[in-house]
Amino acid sequence: MAKELVKGNEAIARAAIKAGCQCYFGYPITPQSEIGEYMGANLPKLGRVFITAESELASINMVIGAGTTGTKAMTSSSSCGIALMQEAFSAMCCAEVPGVIVSVMRGGPGLGNIAPAQGDYFQALKGGGNGDYKLIVLSPSNVQEAIDLTYRAFHLALKYRNPVMLLADGILGQMMEPAEFGEYPYKDPDVNEWALSGANNRPARNIVSLHMPEGEMEQRTNMLFEKYAAVAKNETTFEEYMLKDAKLVLTAFGTVGRVAKAVVNRAREAGMKVGLFRPITLFPFPDKNLHEVAKNADMILDLELNMGQMLLDVRSAVFGACPVEFYGRPAGGLLTPDMIFEKVQELYKKLDDKTKAGVI
Amino acid sequence: MGADMSVIISGFGGQGALFAGILLCHTAVLEGKYTTWFPSYGAEMRGGAVNCSVNISDKEVPSPIIDKADAVIALNDASQIKFENRVKPGGFMIVNSSLSHIKPKRTDIKYINIPLNELAQKLTQPAFVNVMALGAFIEKTGILKLESIKEVMKEMAKTVSAKKAALLPNNLECVEFGANLIKNQMVTV
Repeated sequence: MAKELVKGNEAIARAAIKAGCQCYFGYPITPQSEIGEYMGANLPKLGRVFITAESELASINMVIGAGTTGTKAMTSSSSCGIALMQEAFSAMCCAEVPGVIVSVMRGGPGLGNIAPAQGDYFQALKGGGNGDYKLIVLSPSNVQEAIDLTYRAFHLALKYRNPVMLLADGILGQMMEPAEFGEYPYKDPDVNEWALSGANNRPARNIVSLHMPEGEMEQRTNMLFEKYAAVAKNETTFEEYMLKDAKLVLTAFGTVGRVAKAVVNRAREAGMKVGLFRPITLFPFPDKNLHEVAKNADMILDLELNMGQMLLDVRSAVFGACPVEFYGRPAGGLLTPDMIFEKVQELYKKLDDKTKAGVI
Repeated sequence: MGADMSVIISGFGGQGALFAGILLCHTAVLEGKYTTWFPSYGAEMRGGAVNCSVNISDKEVPSPIIDKADAVIALNDASQIKFENRVKPGGFMIVNSSLSHIKPKRTDIKYINIPLNELAQKLTQPAFVNVMALGAFIEKTGILKLESIKEVMKEMAKTVSAKKAALLPNNLECVEFGANLIKNQMVTV
């Protein structure tokens, strides 16, 4: 199939439909409204369900309802809208309800603005919901990856019976570039073993997030974390670029990753040994892989459109193997190739000076 | 950087600045190039200011957001004011002199003044200033072929309503005329 020009938000919506999404529940918010628009125009034609909910809280709880029946369902929102869904994410994880959430980040905190940002890494990964739980979080850096990871989100949600978040930003949502859809590449597991499908002579089933008997919740949490360990073992993905001899390694997620990649190219042309490590799954975070990279590097520069959020996971993965620097801008401030290149030159010079002085 | 080209197209809502960018991208796709389109978005409305950033390249485009552009197409005076400082030194700005009479501020970029509204309205009714500007841009840069954008327009006409498709000949005329303005040196470049 040839590549076609497609907008990020529309690409996500189209991929969701191709992935077999039966229900979309959402409430409009910039910069992701085109997802709901596309779903509204197309799902009913296919005999599927589209509902403009009265709030984000309603949207995600409708996803829970559909999810308990094993139906592929999704919602999408942005920053302050996602904030309203946190309680439900925790409940979904506890009750093992599958569902796909698309978060297209804008500037915050508060209602913030509608400019692109990456300030919701903590929101997605460290959660505002209660208790020990984890969303599976996927981070696309271009429109093609937005399509591929939307497919993957629907599959992983059913495979692990867990909510999966596609964490994009306003740049990716609003931009157009060539991409291709292909076919939904996964074989999904049978949901009949657990789904609420009407008992009809089989024993009744109950999907709940309340476990009062002594020890039951502890046991359940341990079970969930065994599952998360399996997710980490099986599903961790990342991009490595020019890392073999890299002295300075850039880390970045989402659209910043593509900018960083161009800076690596430019730095290489200028004779600097710079590489890129880009996590594609944010949970599971590729911590072991990044640690190995850090052992062979002299320095890591973490780049984000926030005040340093993934930075905590980067530092934790690096665990002292090399120094970690941070460069970021929040709430709509953008990192251009020129700005990153300047920072790379500055840090690389420091490394060179240290090498000359025999420190490294 | 090879055949890299970054252009910001700006105007007031209804002039077709955003659509002109989409046309350019489709043309780039047709020619097998990498391309990105990024709009100003959110609280936009007809008559308000809108712009989009377009990259065309033989290599992957790192950032869809343009810091300094090789070229700016300013379809009105407000756009000239807003983006004059965003043209790279040595770059150029196509100014719709029908709607902008502002004196150029810079000496390190070229200004191509075209009275787009007058010319387009003389040529066809309804007229398409955005497409005429694209014709001039394509001819000036050589980044894409005029034939390719015409082919894109013809393909697009097949996917829209009959009422819109009927405007295809006007669009083709406008884009060709824009290119000829540069080719035949009818405007100062």
